[in-house]
Amino acid sequence: MAGAPPRLGSAPPTAFSPAPSPGVRGQKKRGQDSISSWPLADRVGYLLCWAAGLLLCALAAAIVLVMLVKGISYLRPGLLLEHPSASQSQSGSGGFLDPIEGTLLLTAIGIALAAPIGVAVAVWLSEYRRPAALARAVESGIEMIAGAPSVVLAFFGLLIFARPALAFLSQTSAGGAVYGRSFFAAGAMMSLLALPLVVGATREGLAQIPAHMREASYALGKTRATTIRRVLLPSIRPSIASGTTLGMGRIIGDTAIVVILLGASLHLEGAGGLAGLSTLRGTGSTLTSYVFENSPAGEGNAPEKAYAAAFVLLMMVLALNMVVTRLSSGKPRWMAGLTGPMLWRWMPWTR
Amino acid sequence: MRRIPSAEGRAELALGAVAVAVLGFVVAMLVTVFVKAWPSFSHNGYIKWFFPGGDVDQQIKAIVNSPPDPAHYVYRLRAWPLLWDTLLTTGIAVVLGLVLSLLSAIFIVEFAPAAMRRILEPVVRLLAAVPSVIFGLIGILLVVPWINQHLISQGRKLSVSYVVQLNGAGLLVASLILMVMILPIMVAITVNALSAVPSSWTEGSAALGVNRWRTMWRVSVRTARPAIIAGAVLATARALGEAIMLALVGGSRTFPVNLLDGRTALFEPVRPLAATIITYKDNLTVVPLSQTLYAMAAVVLVSTAALSLAAWSVKQPLKRYGIRT
Repeated sequence: MAGAPPRLGSAPPTAFSPAPSPGVRGQKKRGQDSISSWPLADRVGYLLCWAAGLLLCALAAAIVLVMLVKGISYLRPGLLLEHPSASQSQSGSGGFLDPIEGTLLLTAIGIALAAPIGVAVAVWLSEYRRPAALARAVESGIEMIAGAPSVVLAFFGLLIFARPALAFLSQTSAGGAVYGRSFFAAGAMMSLLALPLVVGATREGLAQIPAHMREASYALGKTRATTIRRVLLPSIRPSIASGTTLGMGRIIGDTAIVVILLGASLHLEGAGGLAGLSTLRGTGSTLTSYVFENSPAGEGNAPEKAYAAAFVLLMMVLALNMVVTRLSSGKPRWMAGLTGPMLWRWMPWTR
Repeated sequence: MRRIPSAEGRAELALGAVAVAVLGFVVAMLVTVFVKAWPSFSHNGYIKWFFPGGDVDQQIKAIVNSPPDPAHYVYRLRAWPLLWDTLLTTGIAVVLGLVLSLLSAIFIVEFAPAAMRRILEPVVRLLAAVPSVIFGLIGILLVVPWINQHLISQGRKLSVSYVVQLNGAGLLVASLILMVMILPIMVAITVNALSAVPSSWTEGSAALGVNRWRTMWRVSVRTARPAIIAGAVLATARALGEAIMLALVGGSRTFPVNLLDGRTALFEPVRPLAATIITYKDNLTVVPLSQTLYAMAAVVLVSTAALSLAAWSVKQPLKRYGIRT
């Protein structure tokens, strides 16, 4: 792991004691501090640390293994390609093609909204931020979005999109009541889940650009706007990408917004009108809501289908996870991305 | 007015407008949720909304069945059982998570062999990425039946059968899975904090002959304390907002966990605030119920905001050491 501090046992490289090459495991020097010489309480602590670390690994392995075993035993290729249908028996209730489409569509809408807005906010916060009081207010606003539970966001979305003025974004019942549930509504609220991650990653990237890059651009007579567009943004592309990918992961994994704001209908149900637009205005379901509804707590109660869909969902999330790992490899910080700059400021002695 | 070059000014204005729009959105969210929630608070006499009194399930049923005439809407709700369950599940999860995350962070920073360290980063990332509905699914399909079969004796079930049925879903499963869900963020923050402790401090300690565990415990952990607490506070906010998993494994009714039942309390059903909102999502067309649910949402929203404030105040002692925050 790059950037980690030297372990206590190994001497730091100085002019007088050249650092031992990492390949040579000459760690016998630690013999001076062998665990067996420690007081009992310290040895207990040491063992507890090992136990905790192993427990983490065991938990992750258990989750993946359970989903792998259950998922593979219940998943057949047909499930991925069949439309779901309402049925009493598990064999007759079809597959989950529509939920997969719903997940992809919702993620696309959410990211399409969150990425540009997030980058714009981050650039303004990092590069302009005046008036300063307003910038601080915006920062706390973003932090509030990051902390707001998705149930609350979904409820707020219902309030917005059930307004008569926004009826064109969802369906209107015969009585004139606006339904307020549609792909567009859910996607807009989903973008809020991804927004803080995009803002965080972008700001982190901007903070890491050395000042001389900006100065060089100014010296060439570029304006600040041009510098941002031509110098800064291209050089932080990996940061933006990793923030966006993390945001996609959160959107894919969220259930509350889907069950409240998307209606969780079995099929993608268009709302009439233009072909593409009708889907956006219509209701549907995603893999998460499909799992939720097919769990014992939901209406479907088809555990096998739930396992199979959850397996597909987990595979999607893991794939995104791998992308993030690849994007953030070589970052100085452990788990860069999961802990954004908002968290990073809790460690002020690093400045 | 100072004149700024037009393209430059337009860029700043446009970006600033987006930022202000996001801020306005947040303010609008706060205001509208509260406006919508207000009838529920006002009809219950504000502070009494938070008091204990009666069975929440029946109260909500009465609200759902209230007459269509707005003058006769039923609003009576004493939400204490929901608040109590929220406090219990979150509290247990955060306390256990704090211990476990601290130990594993020390392990990752100091004691783990290089190979383990390389494995642990993806492991924590994976735990952070698993959607809550998958945690809930594993909980309700595997853990709950197992607990029902192996941990709850028939006698224990009979001992409380006159108030509540135990089926395995409840406080124990809910808080344990919740702990696993908030663990990654706590571990990540703690690891970053511990490895950000200036190495000269730990080396100074080691040079004095202090062993590695004591150095970690007395120097690194103590230095990183504000960050560790801030991590715990953020994890608390996340636990408060968790709805789906708790709706799945919390059991099928609202029940204020009775700590006087001793160990039996671990198996009693819980239904925290956020999970209640999800459970009654299908009845949102009933106006008084939707206002009641918005009241719950407002309470959750305010608590998470208050936690951010608490996290802010946690770091204040650092200023004493002249550390700029």
